[in-house]
Amino acid sequence: MAGLISQDLNVVNIGLASFGDVIREKGGKATDLQWQPPAGGNPKDAWNLALLTGDPRIAEANKLAYGRYLAAQPFLVGVKTAREALPDMDGRIILHSGPPVTWENMCGPQQGAVLGAVLFEGWAGDLDGARRLVEAGSIRLEPCHHHRAVGPMAGITSPSMPVWIVRDATSGNEAYSNMNEGLGKVLRFGANGPDVIARLKWMAETMGPTLAVIVEEMGGLDLKPIMAQALHMGDEVHNRNAAASSLLFRKLTTTALASKRLDAKAVAETLTFVAGNDHFFLNLSMAACKAMLDAAHGVPCSTLVTAMARNGVEFGIKISGLDRWFTAEAPFIEGLFFPGYGQADAARDLGDSAITETAGVGGFAMAAAPAIVQFVGGTPRDALANTLRMLNITLGQNPAFTLPALDFTGSPAGIDARLVADTGIQPVINTGIAHREAGIGQVGAGLTYAPLACFSQAVSALAETMTFDA
Amino acid sequence: MALLVHFFPNMYRDSVALMQLSTKIVQLPGIEAASAQMATEANIDLMAQAGLLEERPATRPNDMLLVVRGEEAGLQAARDFAEAALSRKATGDDGSVQKVQPRATVMALDGDAKGANLALISTPGAFAGAEAMKALKLGLDVMIFSDNVPVDEEIAIKRYGHARDLLVMGPDCGTAIINGVPLAFANVVRKGGIGVVGASGTGLQQVTCLIHQAGAGVTQAIGTGGHDLSEAVGGLTMLTALKQLGADPDTKVIVLISKPPAKAVADRVLAAARVTGKPVVVCFLGATLAEVESQGFDCALTLEEAALRAVETLKAGKAKFRSNHGASAELQARAKRLAASVGSGRRYLRGLYSGGTFCYEALLLLQDVLPGLQSNTPTKKTARMADLWRSSGHTIMDLGDDDFTRGRAHPMIDPALRLERIGQEAADAGTAIILLDVVLGYGAHENPAGVLAPAIEKARAAVGGKGAPAFVAQICGTDADPQHMGQQADILRAAGVDVSFSNAEAVALVRAVFENIKG
Repeated sequence: MAGLISQDLNVVNIGLASFGDVIREKGGKATDLQWQPPAGGNPKDAWNLALLTGDPRIAEANKLAYGRYLAAQPFLVGVKTAREALPDMDGRIILHSGPPVTWENMCGPQQGAVLGAVLFEGWAGDLDGARRLVEAGSIRLEPCHHHRAVGPMAGITSPSMPVWIVRDATSGNEAYSNMNEGLGKVLRFGANGPDVIARLKWMAETMGPTLAVIVEEMGGLDLKPIMAQALHMGDEVHNRNAAASSLLFRKLTTTALASKRLDAKAVAETLTFVAGNDHFFLNLSMAACKAMLDAAHGVPCSTLVTAMARNGVEFGIKISGLDRWFTAEAPFIEGLFFPGYGQADAARDLGDSAITETAGVGGFAMAAAPAIVQFVGGTPRDALANTLRMLNITLGQNPAFTLPALDFTGSPAGIDARLVADTGIQPVINTGIAHREAGIGQVGAGLTYAPLACFSQAVSALAETMTFDA
Repeated sequence: MALLVHFFPNMYRDSVALMQLSTKIVQLPGIEAASAQMATEANIDLMAQAGLLEERPATRPNDMLLVVRGEEAGLQAARDFAEAALSRKATGDDGSVQKVQPRATVMALDGDAKGANLALISTPGAFAGAEAMKALKLGLDVMIFSDNVPVDEEIAIKRYGHARDLLVMGPDCGTAIINGVPLAFANVVRKGGIGVVGASGTGLQQVTCLIHQAGAGVTQAIGTGGHDLSEAVGGLTMLTALKQLGADPDTKVIVLISKPPAKAVADRVLAAARVTGKPVVVCFLGATLAEVESQGFDCALTLEEAALRAVETLKAGKAKFRSNHGASAELQARAKRLAASVGSGRRYLRGLYSGGTFCYEALLLLQDVLPGLQSNTPTKKTARMADLWRSSGHTIMDLGDDDFTRGRAHPMIDPALRLERIGQEAADAGTAIILLDVVLGYGAHENPAGVLAPAIEKARAAVGGKGAPAFVAQICGTDADPQHMGQQADILRAAGVDVSFSNAEAVALVRAVFENIKG
């Protein structure tokens, strides 16, 4: 066989652009890469990435994992307390967003929210007491993700809080999320004053049980079609949920009004609360995404990213083939601030809500929600560009989540950690900005990017578990 | 007429999109009616009323229901069409968004570089091995211009490539011509019947240029990189290249260029050369005639011989050329003229090469002639310079060696270091001849003679004009090169430089000059 020399040259030019010019001038074809050191500039990780490139075992594993993600059918099937619904929630335990973090290392909003949850549970009578309890180590602090759950911002979920139960009809696995409190002084931004605790108690005592009945009487709710429809209505179902929340409200209302078991006052209060919160659907969107990605998790050799989560200190990811976190310092968010606040007030990136981007919505579907891009002074064209850029680091397009701006093709979905490490194109995340101190709340919103180091580490770690033919 | 009732579970589509889909399916051959709708109660009723559905399908409202009536043969096509339409990929280009330039080979292959077959890598050495491995794993051949690739990575990529018949040119491969396209540092040479494979960049350039100057041409010039024939690497690229040249119907004669490899490597390489079944001219620079001929191969003792013997073999089936320039009366006349121009007391050669193989070849040809010959890259029979920055006695230097290129461009690109050294050597009262190579082609300086000539004139003026050292240059290039060899020669001659068109000729001239100076 004569190999290369029997073919017309078609060159990928990696490095000096002038070499490409010569090839083109002399009648060859050459594509110049906009090259930068891969894997964040670490030669060892770059070599490990090379070993994984084009590997048929990984292609096969990713096909399987991605197929499971696509096949997932997340249904809202119930509302219960976290203690009843989540695995391993006995005793004094509080869940937080992101990868594991100790109390001393937690960011301000997460610490504030932990103390608020202690008060809400009645484990202490005041903040000082709550702090002593936590510092004494008598409360387990664990990531939501370790309990099949997700929570926005601080992500604080304690045993008595009501949670959404979302079941993937295909795999049968369940995912959970706490419920959205609305904006302003709320626990997920670290607020823990009496009004915050009072609201949490109302949510636990009135809203949760009311929603439990509604969900039961409506026979569950198929979540993917709501998300898909919302994507055609200006939402990206992470940082913009106005349409999805309205669609959910329609479903809840018709059932609630027809119910014979519910108290009218509780229904009125619950529906009023839901109607007043444009982000009410966010936690359901997150739980649905978690269910889709958990279905894809655990396929050996797969480089599909199955979680991206932040705790305000570290940004962590998981890949399907390795059940461990790969972390880097959480970035700051580039965005717009509410009047009176600025970058100096901002906490680092926080919350499990990047599960939406991991599932191909949120920032990946930014083209569906041009309004979002205004947070960074962008145009609808920039929003589309962000979505298109994500096509380069994903395994495909989810045909269930079509985007009008993409000519009704699917949203880029299924992040391949190898592609991120190789191209340096970081997953884009639409997110809110928390104040770095507990209790002040949201101070802005904008875009941020998942740190490259997480992906390089994940790829390198996977390579070290595999053997390769010479 | 047959009926297809198919549903896509849990697949939401906007009703307008579904109406479009229905319309397109109806236009397919053999289809009479088609309806794609979300499977809501109301929609199913509508389909039933239209006579499309006979019984209620077991669907849920969030499934997409496709009902098609038509000829049996058309139904499967209709279903495939719907499937494809529903999983369509974004074209990514409606013109309003600036395209992202590819950042990685895998990304390029998915777009502009679809079907690419070669990766040309000139990144920092720490990443070049990884880039090569990625390209190989994606099925591409590679050329690695970069140097300083860790040797374990070089071995890994070469083994991987060799096992899959993929060419791994380099690391440290400065030049190649593949299918007439010059890669990295390469000259513009005619297409023809000679395939050249070599471990040395300037060696390949010299041989391809001389083949061109002799009126013949090359099929391919394949660089293996400087470490390929080391014992550690074992000549893996050379083996793959010989296999490909053997299979290439256009290649009638093969030239093989290297320093003499270790015996085990030489045996493997020569065995592969034998398997090609084609005439192979072997130029193991430094090996003896007997060593090569005893293996049954035609032996070239200089790069020039490699080129011209290959041309003769191509044209006549046998070769007789030898680089015996000393016997030429014309060359002896030039030597006498030069010797006469050199000031008294000037007795030493100062070779200032930019091409490593030219330097090495000059050392080989002069090591038994010029006593005490030194170099920064010495052969076994020559001495290492005590001070790289000050010559003494007969000295031939490779200014492209690592010691001189750290933190600055190669002297073929950036002439500053050599220009400075020309002044320094001319000012040395011992210097009789300054020997230079001038390498043309893509990648090299755009007008090397144009910067050398004024520097030479200035150096000569600085020592008072008359009695200055003589300047001897050899040009490696062709008239088709962007710099144009003939024009470069004119510039140098106008500056009083003696110009040769092969290294062997220039070295023979130097030798003859010293014979005259002695006499």
